[in-house]
Amino acid sequence: MSLTRAQVEGIAHLARLQITEAQMPVYVDSLSRIIDFVEQLSAADTGGVEPMAHPLADQVQRLRPDVVTEADRHEKYQHNAPSVAAGLYLVPKVIE
Amino acid sequence: MSLHTLTVAQLAAGLAAGQYSSLDLALHFLGRIERLGPELNAFVTVTADRALEDARRADETRARGEAGPLTGVPIAHKDIFCTDGILTTCSSKMLSNFVAPYDATVAERWKAAGTVLLGKTNMDEFAMGSSNETSFYGPVRNPWDTARVPGGSSGGSAAAVAACLAPAASGTDTGGSIRQPAALTNLTGLKPTYGRVSRYGMIAFASSLDQAGMLARSAEDAALLLAAMAGFDPRDSTCVDAPVPDYVAGLATPLKGLRVGVIREFFDKGLDPAVGRLVQDAIETLRASGAVVSEVSLPALPLSVPTYYVVAPAECSSNLSRFDGVRFGHRCDSPRDLRDLYERSRGEGFGEEVKRRIMTGTYVLSAGYYDAYYLKAQQVRQLIAADFARAFADVDVVVGPTSPTAAFGIGAKTSDPITMYLNDIYTVAANLTGLPAMSIPCGFAREGLPVGLQLHADHFGEARLLEVAHRYQQATDWHQRVPPGPLAA
Repeated sequence: MSLTRAQVEGIAHLARLQITEAQMPVYVDSLSRIIDFVEQLSAADTGGVEPMAHPLADQVQRLRPDVVTEADRHEKYQHNAPSVAAGLYLVPKVIE
Repeated sequence: MSLHTLTVAQLAAGLAAGQYSSLDLALHFLGRIERLGPELNAFVTVTADRALEDARRADETRARGEAGPLTGVPIAHKDIFCTDGILTTCSSKMLSNFVAPYDATVAERWKAAGTVLLGKTNMDEFAMGSSNETSFYGPVRNPWDTARVPGGSSGGSAAAVAACLAPAASGTDTGGSIRQPAALTNLTGLKPTYGRVSRYGMIAFASSLDQAGMLARSAEDAALLLAAMAGFDPRDSTCVDAPVPDYVAGLATPLKGLRVGVIREFFDKGLDPAVGRLVQDAIETLRASGAVVSEVSLPALPLSVPTYYVVAPAECSSNLSRFDGVRFGHRCDSPRDLRDLYERSRGEGFGEEVKRRIMTGTYVLSAGYYDAYYLKAQQVRQLIAADFARAFADVDVVVGPTSPTAAFGIGAKTSDPITMYLNDIYTVAANLTGLPAMSIPCGFAREGLPVGLQLHADHFGEARLLEVAHRYQQATDWHQRVPPGPLAA
């Protein structure tokens, strides 16, 4: 196993994912296999190669004027929210 | 001739000639979906009322003499495209209650073109899968053999069109999710160049790889449908502001002198020999039609799957961080505190494969591993792009198989993620490089299962791909075959 259970628990916490006790061994095993599989990239000779973040060369992210272009549609958007009151999204108490 | 086996172009001609109305077509296809849809599990939502409303409007448009080439043609959307006022689930429990508050650009443009929305198709959860088995709504079945998968992630769109429940459907392709299901169900599937079609309102998986396209019965239909979805959209910052050529007019170009490069690395030990033979036959057909065929070598290609399975999960882990149980989507019951709310909402809302990819991405982006995995993968990605760029200096299109095998059995590859990931071995390179690529039917392997030929062109070469595919389809009739038995009836 290239990943330990403790490492996978750490990754799950970083990703804010609850993993059940029953599922944890499945992830330790499959994530280890995936990391072993992608390890073959280390053999590639990439000295001096520019990393490619975007599939089209010469494309740059467009900028637009810093002005409001969207209408206020919060009521429509909040129809999908699990819990709202007075136009605000409700979450469990954060500050005691 | 049955209405449901007709192409989009044929249906459009019939509508224009007044042989039937849009309403007739909508009712015909809705009837088929009702009878045959449940067995295939191709749809998450059937939008019957919307279809009838769209059809009536299309008939009125035609009566006013304002019909365009797609007015009144029924279509389906993959359930990854936001559709205003309609459930949009991405086949995830996370979004099983999400009613989209706006239309994706693709949905908006096809609607503006006068198409009739039949429903939203099943898919792998968040488009992560190659078999349509990761859906929260259960696996989709292949109309050619219902014990087999239709491919994925656009498996519902593929099954719906292959079973003649819709004449065409949208799809998205992040690592082969249009082309591989097209190959496994005998359809024509096109992934356009990255940036050719807007990603606005298309629920994100991997933003530097995702692209919208379609599954259809012919290259001519793909040309019609691409024309209605392509083009600049200021709401997608990576959508390219370049003119959209007349894809339909371009179909008339003859193949004489076309330079075809056959990718040596695609004929590897993982390729089913029966699939390889059919692909070789298809290449001979292109040669007989006037193409000049040579071999090309793309030495970095064997690294495309490991590269993809670093880049795609990395982008996925970032994109899916928006699902927090606060603003939309699934929320767990009685959260103790904010951390519990996040962890349980996400743990419950995402399925096993989605969680696996989020965690893979989180790991490869984490401090201490970023250079070894993510940066390295981006460098290898550059090598793969350079291989294609060299090939396109000498040839117009590069070809090979779409998928290493024909459709496999439901459950056959679910125990090991690596086995499943290797289905994508021939398709991920087009996404890593942003190149347009297409799969077209090229025959039937053992047990009567369809096989696809894959074509790639240089950036923004969709017109070239469509003309080659169209010429091939003039010389062959594989694409006209429909599944035997009750599904075709």
